[in-house]
Amino acid sequence: MPASETAIPTVPPFLSSLMRPLPLLPLQPVLAVLISRIRRHHPQIFERLGAHADKSFGIDPTDLPFAFVLTPHPNSPAVSAVRALPASLNVRIAGPLAGLIGLVEGDFDGDALFFSRDLRVDGDVEAVLALRNAIDDAEIDLVGEVVRGLGPLKAPAERALRSLLRPPRRAAGPEAGATSWN
Amino acid sequence: MELICPAGTPAAFKVAVDAGADAVYCGFRDETNARNFPGLNFSRDELRAAITFAHERGAKVLVAINTFPRAGAVDVWHRAVDDAVALGADALILADVGLMDYVARHHPDQRLHVSVQAAAANADAIRFYVEAFGARRVVLPRVLTVPEIAVITSEIACETEAFVFGGLCVMAEGRCSLSSYATGRSPNMQGVCSPPSHVTYGEAQGKVVSRLGAFTINAFADGEPAAYPTLCKGRFATSHGAGYIFEEPASLDAATLLPSLRKAGVTAVKIEGRQRSRAYIESVVRSFRQTIAALDAGVVAEAASLTALTEGQTTTVGAYRKTWR
Repeated sequence: MPASETAIPTVPPFLSSLMRPLPLLPLQPVLAVLISRIRRHHPQIFERLGAHADKSFGIDPTDLPFAFVLTPHPNSPAVSAVRALPASLNVRIAGPLAGLIGLVEGDFDGDALFFSRDLRVDGDVEAVLALRNAIDDAEIDLVGEVVRGLGPLKAPAERALRSLLRPPRRAAGPEAGATSWN
Repeated sequence: MELICPAGTPAAFKVAVDAGADAVYCGFRDETNARNFPGLNFSRDELRAAITFAHERGAKVLVAINTFPRAGAVDVWHRAVDDAVALGADALILADVGLMDYVARHHPDQRLHVSVQAAAANADAIRFYVEAFGARRVVLPRVLTVPEIAVITSEIACETEAFVFGGLCVMAEGRCSLSSYATGRSPNMQGVCSPPSHVTYGEAQGKVVSRLGAFTINAFADGEPAAYPTLCKGRFATSHGAGYIFEEPASLDAATLLPSLRKAGVTAVKIEGRQRSRAYIESVVRSFRQTIAALDAGVVAEAASLTALTEGQTTTVGAYRKTWR
């Protein structure tokens, strides 16, 4: 059975290479503001996470030269950029950046990305499902949240980011080679 | 034909209504419904808001309380019934005869649907639910051919609802013990088949290996489509070689059979997937809404390909058209 031909865009390798030597420290204030906004505007995420909010989630965009560690504790949620995910995490989720953002924004279905092998999960599967379901219910405009504080640069920055990610609106899953066994 | 759509979260519920659902089915955030997964389902307040949202838009809400009550904890299920009725549910979807009896005695005006978990697969069984508890609709088990459904609908005095899209299992619905055997927890009692607390993924010999409890379920080579980590979709090593014994990982897509199902007297068609995302709900519900609208207008419309959303990236018409392979 061949896997489906993926329609999920990936960050061009040359762009990823250009990012590799850049320091991660400047990303931290952006991530801090982002998680603070999400906490303020989407508090229901933490209720849906329940006990899983105390766990640590490694998010690995496979087409970027760095990853993220998310600890969604309701009192002090945090996300940080790291060169490589530490071994001590409860969960690791890996996939193309556009796929991961598409999951948050409601463009992709998590099970479909798992079936097509575009998404890999490792560790506490219960926590993975809790996070996925909590985020899907929250209807987060992630790209919009990232560029919100950019003033006059907001619109062009959002256009550039969306163009790079090219989220296929309402696609739900990658394009598949349709097969039927009866 | 009515279009009955799933929702596991309030956001998915709104998407289902906006995409054209005639009715949305959902459940409480506990073991009383057969999709009791972490981060999923509705609090009482969320269900109240969802029912208001649906009713303002002309859609109905069916509340699934379709697991079998545990001995000594029946009050949990009774409370779910009482609350769903008080919140204004248009119908309750039930599998357990004791719970149906409770509804018939305490809420005689409440519309009652027989869940697929009750496995009512013949006219005699369905007539029992209608006569004993006043059931108004039965969700048909996914073991019947279209001609068999036509015979049943002609012999019963209640409506029928048939699945047309989504995940499939071995279809011993309400009676399957495979998950219990592997983990001690089942969809019938705890509302979870292959509970995620017992699932692990790892890598071995270049393959992704899924495990459920102590059992290795499957190993997927690089690029091979994956499936849910359920025993029924496991790939087993036997003396005849390795392969799928119970069933292959494939999802139901009966869009092409909608005219036949309508002709067979089916009242409503149902989409599986309360555990799926807004993206899935939007795509599948909109596609079936369009196909049914075309059918109503007497136009032949090609259904959209939903294969990208399916388990194993493969579709089947299941038992509706039984063939020897």
